[in-house]
Amino acid sequence: MITMKMNNLDVQAEEGSTILETAKFYGLEIPTLCYNPGLSNFGGCRLCLVEIGEGPRTKLVSSCTYPVEEGLVVHTDTKRVLEARKMMIELMLSVAPYSKVIQDLASRFGVKQVRFKVRNEECVYCGLCVRMCAEQMDARAIGFQNRGFKRKISTPFDMRSPECRLCGACIYICPACQMRCIGPDPETAVCNACLNLDPTCVDVYDELQCWMYDAGRCGTCVREKPENSDSKEQVRDDNP
Amino acid sequence: MKTLKKINSIDELNKTVEAEIQRRRSEKRPILTVSAGTCGQARGSLKVIEALENVVEEKNLKDKVKINVTGCHGFCEAEPNIIIHPHNVFYQHVQNKDAEEIISDTILNSQIIERLLYSDHATGETAQKEEDISFYKKQMRLVLGDNSLIDPTEIADYLSIGGYRSLSKVLSTMTPEAVIDTIKQSGLRGRGGAGFPSGNKWALTRGAKGEKKYIICNADEGDPGAYMDRSLMEGNPHRVLEGMIIGAYAIGASQGYIYIRDEYPLALKHITLAIQQAEQLGLLGENILGTGFNLKIHISKGAGAFVCGEETALIASIEGKVGTPRQRPPFPAVRGLWKSPTNINNVETWGNVPIIIDKGAEWFSQIGTNGSKGTKIFSLVGKINNTGLVEVPMGITLREVIYDVGGGIPGGKGFKAVQTGGPSGGCLPKEKLNLPIDYESLTEAGSIMGSGGMIVMDENTCMVDVAKYFLNFLRDESCGICLSCREGTQRMWEIVKNISEGNGKAGDIELLDTLAKAVKDASLCGLGQTAANPVLSTLRYFRDEYEVHVRDKRCPAGVCKELIQYSVLEDKCTGCLACLKVCPSEAITGELKEVHIIDPSKCIKCGACFEACNFDAIQIE
Repeated sequence: MITMKMNNLDVQAEEGSTILETAKFYGLEIPTLCYNPGLSNFGGCRLCLVEIGEGPRTKLVSSCTYPVEEGLVVHTDTKRVLEARKMMIELMLSVAPYSKVIQDLASRFGVKQVRFKVRNEECVYCGLCVRMCAEQMDARAIGFQNRGFKRKISTPFDMRSPECRLCGACIYICPACQMRCIGPDPETAVCNACLNLDPTCVDVYDELQCWMYDAGRCGTCVREKPENSDSKEQVRDDNP
Repeated sequence: MKTLKKINSIDELNKTVEAEIQRRRSEKRPILTVSAGTCGQARGSLKVIEALENVVEEKNLKDKVKINVTGCHGFCEAEPNIIIHPHNVFYQHVQNKDAEEIISDTILNSQIIERLLYSDHATGETAQKEEDISFYKKQMRLVLGDNSLIDPTEIADYLSIGGYRSLSKVLSTMTPEAVIDTIKQSGLRGRGGAGFPSGNKWALTRGAKGEKKYIICNADEGDPGAYMDRSLMEGNPHRVLEGMIIGAYAIGASQGYIYIRDEYPLALKHITLAIQQAEQLGLLGENILGTGFNLKIHISKGAGAFVCGEETALIASIEGKVGTPRQRPPFPAVRGLWKSPTNINNVETWGNVPIIIDKGAEWFSQIGTNGSKGTKIFSLVGKINNTGLVEVPMGITLREVIYDVGGGIPGGKGFKAVQTGGPSGGCLPKEKLNLPIDYESLTEAGSIMGSGGMIVMDENTCMVDVAKYFLNFLRDESCGICLSCREGTQRMWEIVKNISEGNGKAGDIELLDTLAKAVKDASLCGLGQTAANPVLSTLRYFRDEYEVHVRDKRCPAGVCKELIQYSVLEDKCTGCLACLKVCPSEAITGELKEVHIIDPSKCIKCGACFEACNFDAIQIE
């Protein structure tokens, strides 16, 4: 067993596992996109970035590919991580604004605008389909072509591949082409509608606004008293 | 190729080396050394060699003069050049018609041909000998110096300058641990870019678990304008090979690879030949010199992807996979080529090894600064008088390299910036000219040592345009796995392109800055982590230039086509028709001895008129 520190917690991890796996085990949330437990680790989407090291010499690494090390110090949610992560989401949105998965990520991390010219490629080259085809379907019908900005995913020579059994696994796993977001605003390329999918209720019970007509019994508007108050008991604010 | 007799023991090697040294000493004929590296050949040195050989043949002078065809002498500006030993007379820009004169005057009558001598750009003084030339004065040519002494296709020539003596010393007197200790003490650091201490790297690979171990020579030099490794492999392949053999012995490797770009045909030819010769002599192969140490060196040709210079991508490429980097750790020293411990060093690093073994770690560690020892080869290119390969001790200032060795900026123009470290490096301004060159100081200044490219830019260079050029290179060379690098370089290029075309808007510079920092932070490999350097360093030192482009839609250096206009200065135009004749779009009108006019609607801003005008009458605004 390897012992290390994660967000100031002492954690133990099995040798050969990754930072992401350890974080998941301990319930620390790290967003991912190109990661799938059934496939090999790719490290392409850079969403699962964490900051490792101490003092002035820290760096960001993708937690899905970085193996655990004895004595490693990991932080999953520093300012540096969050800023880089937001930029990654913004970059992804700029090439695949219709992907619901990516729009949801934008909502979750408060990405409110895309400052780049939208170029709708409907693909973020996360490689899930390529790995799915090769590793789970044992077909290797699709792969990456070219490099850099010319990179694309296709069959060899862009022809119908005899290896392809039309199983659809690539489409099933795709974060961009299967689930569609219908909401992106052409101006900002950001939908943010999903932000509103959380319960709409307010902190404080309000008879007029309670859409369940149950006088706040669902518990959404029930809140904890501020910490410095005497009683930690939950209270209901019945008087609007 | 003649077959060489195999050497079976260390004693025999020592005797052979001694005999070759004697042979060189007993050479009484003057030697005409003609540089015929790729750069020399491009400037016509093969024709010069042919002409020289013809003259010698015709006059039957075989016993009076020896012609030695060598690799690059480093002074590319003066190519094709000839050094005449033993007096080191240096002739530059030699043409085939000069051959007869050189033989009859200089060789037979010891007369110097004035017009072929190098004259200093600043003082106008001519220099007779190699060591009098300002270009060579401040250099310390440890690794490259022997290029002008030996024929790279002859192992005997390398032996005659004491070659493979270090190998003999290592195999007869040193344990592998002692070799590693020597390299550690010498302070040698990787010359490929990152500057990791080589001795530590060797020790890691030696200590790693694994039956089979590999060494690799990284000769995938891909920076635009950098050709140090090519020149060393063309001019002195055995030095690299000797370094590798010593390294393999120290690390415990039995297999080696040289990963070389296929765009380097001459280097490839010479290194292949060198391996063959070393094998025939018994310096490579099974039971080397009877010591029981085995080493086979293979050549692996690269297809010219920039990212394959990154060690994990290079390994993938040798394995026959797509050349893409992977997460480190595990480092190649633990899990490298075919999952075995692997040590990768750059050509120049390997080339330093025999010197350290020969002269000792202490001697080597006295050269350079506290953290960076030894010398470094730079390819000094761009707007500089003495273009060429310079080898200088670490810690020398940029000013010394550019003004003393490089001879300053041509045409009396002002210095603006120097770009070090290739596409992943940065641009350093005038204020940084006194910066001592070592790994730490360059990184602190926002650039990197890199493999040693050094591009000098004069006042007519637009820094936005420079950033655009490097970003265009990087967006193409990014492997495309990391979103941050693939999409980041593309978006940075788009923003910079917009700015250079006059479409920049408020907020663009700030966005560029934020994006560049994110790309630097979030990327997996060295390429991505440094891909933002061209932007970050130009933003750091030349932010005002970006601002002028965005705010005033003006390019102060007069480079960005969309933002400039050509016009004729009435008081300077003599009406000579020179510009009118070269204009490809017929945008210039005028009669002889009358002021010409440029029609902006037809002008394609090619700059041909500007070049053609002898009276500085074309204005760029």
